[in-house]
Amino acid sequence: MNPAPSIVFFTTASGAGYGLLFWLGLLRPMGLLPQAPAFALVCLALALLLITAGLGSSLLHLGNPGRAWRALSQWRSSWLSREGVAAVLTYIPAVLFGLALLQGATGLATLTGLLAALGAVVTVWCTGMIYASLKPIVQWHHPLVAPGYLLLAAYTGMALLAAVSALGGVVGGPASFIITLGLAGAILKLFYWNTIDGLRPAATLESATSLGAIGKVRPLDPPNTEETWLMREMGFRVARKHAASLRRIALAVGFGVPIVLALLASQVGGGLALPALALAAIAALGGMLIERWLMFAEATHTAMLYYRGA
Amino acid sequence: MTMLPERPIGAKALGLVIDLDTCVGCQACATNCKEWNASGHSGPLPDIHPYSAGAEGTWFNRVHSYEAGEGAEGRTVHFPRSCLHCETPDCVTVCPTGASYKRAEDGIVLVNADACIGCGLCAWACPYGAREMDEVEGVMKKCTLCVDRIYNETIPEPQRQPACVLACPTKARHFGDLADPESNVSKLVAERGGQPLMPELGYNPVNRYLPPRQRPVQAEAYEDSPTPMDIKNPLLRWMDRVLTR
Repeated sequence: MNPAPSIVFFTTASGAGYGLLFWLGLLRPMGLLPQAPAFALVCLALALLLITAGLGSSLLHLGNPGRAWRALSQWRSSWLSREGVAAVLTYIPAVLFGLALLQGATGLATLTGLLAALGAVVTVWCTGMIYASLKPIVQWHHPLVAPGYLLLAAYTGMALLAAVSALGGVVGGPASFIITLGLAGAILKLFYWNTIDGLRPAATLESATSLGAIGKVRPLDPPNTEETWLMREMGFRVARKHAASLRRIALAVGFGVPIVLALLASQVGGGLALPALALAAIAALGGMLIERWLMFAEATHTAMLYYRGA
Repeated sequence: MTMLPERPIGAKALGLVIDLDTCVGCQACATNCKEWNASGHSGPLPDIHPYSAGAEGTWFNRVHSYEAGEGAEGRTVHFPRSCLHCETPDCVTVCPTGASYKRAEDGIVLVNADACIGCGLCAWACPYGAREMDEVEGVMKKCTLCVDRIYNETIPEPQRQPACVLACPTKARHFGDLADPESNVSKLVAERGGQPLMPELGYNPVNRYLPPRQRPVQAEAYEDSPTPMDIKNPLLRWMDRVLTR
């Protein structure tokens, strides 16, 4: 599948933003974060900035962005519509959360923060389900895809939270969260990559043409001499050797570097903590961009059976 | 709207039956489809760089050619591919705007181009690659089963058929109601063992493909006898002539 830059950026940036919103809403009432309203406001502003930038980028993917409001109507059947509705609804508690923080209304801030956290989970889950519900693409129609989107959003959100917490002098807790979530994310991706390598397409050229009764089917003449939109959209392929090295880069940059920096920040601490955790957040987000690009580039669609046979 | 409709009892399931035995891969169906639909329900169908290298465009019908089987059993099969108007199409349910829909009365799957945002998710959800983006207008397009022909009272009744069916010079394409067991297309499917495509994915396509007929078993290949002209040696040529008598 074609890794459209607008969607790769959208799911990475909005994922991290929702992750940050989730942890802020959840951990602040538990007393695990700096309690100064300024800290929460900085985190909230960063989260909403990333979410909004990502959603804006996703509109660039549309052929008719001006009609995007129509996408809020079919939530009963469409995960994309549900994602849109959840994203819009999550703004309500998130903005109220910010107002409550400004007014010093502690109770309201806790309640709206928790509601925003819930909205963040629902939105990212819907994003994952858009991909996981597509039967023609075996690499996406996979039980680890939607949980993976959630886990990686939580991980990158935590990386951002840790960087901002370091500004407020809180280091140990968030850093240990980065290590735990990073290890979980790396294990999930390794397991996912391992399982998709053994997957067969959801159909065969024999079943796609109904000619299996005659024998093995091979493409002879294509229907078009030039490339088409369909072939560009569904037929994107990344050479296996590049996929393997990109996986290693995603693992090293996206998980390895942040985990080591988080260890460094929590063990050495002091003046080193802030730059280490800031760098960890940047590395985690950069690694996620590669991971998301691969998510598309490695996905294959049954429609390409008609062109390539396998 | 993108929820699949409740089908009224006795509702039609209009679709195509394509005969892979007689299709000669001439592309007439694809060409006539393009000609009609460029100004039809989902028109225009754009062409990009139509007169130079990189010519491409939006088509509803693509004719592939395949080799199937090995040796004497093997054969070349031409294979037109278009929307199958599935009974349970994911391209409809994934649509976030309601632009993609399935008609309750006859089962035709259509796109309302005025409501389409061009997200492309329906094309991802279609395992058959039947939908193509109109990159000029930024909306998704697909086979309409010539909904603007089959009910069109301004054209003579024999022509109220999809353009691809009318164009086919070998009558390899048939149009009708596959929900009615007494229809011509249903009888053809029953008689010839019409097949659905990718049944394992569960979209329940309406269109059916008639398999190529079994060919009569050929006699064992035999070695041709040499003609007198093949025998260069005069002595052997004389011997051949004598013994052939």
